Amino acid sequence: MDPQLTLFFIQGLNGLQLGLLMFLLAAGLTLTFGIMDLVNLAHGSLYMMGAYFAATFIELTDSFLLGALMALGASLLLGIVVETIVMRRLYRRDHLDHVLATFGLILFFNELVRAVWGPAGLGIAVPPWLAHSIQLLPGMIYSTYRLAIIVVGLAVAVFLAVLVTRTRTGMWIRAGASNRTMIGALGVNVQLLFTLVFGIGSTLAALAGLMAAPIVTVQIGMGDNILILAFVIIVIGGIGSIKGAFIAAMTVGMIDTFGRAFLPDLLKSFLSNSAASTAAPALSSMLIYLLMAGVLVWRPTGLFGARS
Amino acid sequence: MPSATLLRDPRVVLTALLLLAGLLVPLLANNFQISFASRIVVWTIAAISLNIILGYGGMVSFGHAAYLGIGGYVMGIMAFHGVTSGFLQFPAAMLASALWALAVGALSLRTRGVYFIMITLAFAQLIYFVAVGLEAYGGDDGLTIYHRSEFAGILSLKDRTTFYWTCFALMLGTFYLCHRLVDSRFGMVLRGSKSNDLRMRALGFPTTRYRLTAFTLAGAICGLAGVLLANQTDFISPAMMRWTASGDLIVIVVLGGMGSLFGPLYGAIAFFVLEEYLKPAIDLLHPGWGNYWQIIFGPLLIVVALYARGGLDSLFGRSTMGARRG
Repeated sequence: MDPQLTLFFIQGLNGLQLGLLMFLLAAGLTLTFGIMDLVNLAHGSLYMMGAYFAATFIELTDSFLLGALMALGASLLLGIVVETIVMRRLYRRDHLDHVLATFGLILFFNELVRAVWGPAGLGIAVPPWLAHSIQLLPGMIYSTYRLAIIVVGLAVAVFLAVLVTRTRTGMWIRAGASNRTMIGALGVNVQLLFTLVFGIGSTLAALAGLMAAPIVTVQIGMGDNILILAFVIIVIGGIGSIKGAFIAAMTVGMIDTFGRAFLPDLLKSFLSNSAASTAAPALSSMLIYLLMAGVLVWRPTGLFGARS
Repeated sequence: MPSATLLRDPRVVLTALLLLAGLLVPLLANNFQISFASRIVVWTIAAISLNIILGYGGMVSFGHAAYLGIGGYVMGIMAFHGVTSGFLQFPAAMLASALWALAVGALSLRTRGVYFIMITLAFAQLIYFVAVGLEAYGGDDGLTIYHRSEFAGILSLKDRTTFYWTCFALMLGTFYLCHRLVDSRFGMVLRGSKSNDLRMRALGFPTTRYRLTAFTLAGAICGLAGVLLANQTDFISPAMMRWTASGDLIVIVVLGGMGSLFGPLYGAIAFFVLEEYLKPAIDLLHPGWGNYWQIIFGPLLIVVALYARGGLDSLFGRSTMGARRG
């Protein structure tokens, strides 16, 4: 196969994988945002905690799968604790209070990790049964682990779609997103629903964190930058919309991946080599924010936003 | 109002004492303390600018550090090319910040609530990545500034004490400007638009124009703080406009008391004193734990958000210095 075309496909898969990881992060965020009207900056901390929990449990159990499952359980628990202690008190407050309090949570979690796991980054090894590559097409070799991320990500996306559109819980979630007071009046235990949604969101964030862990370094603040991207995604997609989050996450994943892969060559035609290699990642990041600004100017509540 | 009434307001007494202490700093303090005080003063200027739009205008800008960065970069880039005159650097930096604020404000004031928070953040990230991409000026690593601003030989910011006096004077000027602004007709409209925009519109005020003007002015003032910050650290880098820096600015304003004239000063002092001295204080109680001071500082922010919305300013009861809330 033509090497250019192969590269294109591989970058497409990379974009898909990045997009799915960010979807996992954004899905929880858009649900908490849509239903509880809560700006949760600390969502990235759950992503980080997921990765750290996984690193610890995998070392403890010597099994990637078992460790990952325990990490997910621990993150669910942590999410419920955070919701009960802090978030619950914030729902009736305004957005500025949310920003302030969850900014405080970020500082707290970053320092907690420094105190417990130390300042140096950790690594998680790719599990041996996924640590090879397979040939997808003639001449096109792709990492099995990244392929596994894609499979898990798609499975979660389908699960969420079914959960939100086909189940009673999903009905409550959708109803909560459009009118909180009304579903409370109709006899739904809103408090429990909020805790549940926050728990699901935390678990999804942790899942994204622990799946990303073998590819990136597990380090303090690893969730902070990707959190901003997740916010961009849910704002583009429209707050509260899972579908919007999915489409926006895919778009952002593709722009970022293709920008990093192909912009350097494009820029080299009119910039020096070193300038092009610095400017390209910056430019592809800028593209994402330009996209968001453009979408908001065009549709101030995002692509699939329900309310302003 | 009669001076006796004025003196009964503890906030007036405290502010007077703080400013007096500020005047004494260069006479009594050592080099480190002068630098520390300069840092507080510079961040106070930035926080005043945020207070105008956040505290009085109700616009939660989560990208205010971008203007610090733009101011700093304009100064740094001019210095890099040999233009060290403050007469050129300061207006250029403020103009650049104001123009960017005008553009951002024109687009983001179309949105409300959380979308406004996010779009201001997105534009700040945009500027952050522009700075990262500026290979000629150090990219991610930043740029060292070898010549501080100087004003035609009359005044050079190289000297630590002169720098402090300059910042202090500019801070007083900014306080005066803010005071005049919020008590003017313009300020009334701004505060009115914060509490009930619809009513202000119904009264015939084109509130978006007022808000945009305030947003632009705040950008210019924050650009001024950016030039001073670059002078103080002799260094510019994208890190000065990371989103966490925007968060720090919000924290300072809320900690001090939103919509309180001197709130930014209280907030900046509290923030930097905590940052600087919470560490050794914890170390005293339990050696080695001081490094983890943010484990205390983080929850402190949550407590402030939950239980102390008025910030430090509200400790002194109702204000006599003009209306505090819009």
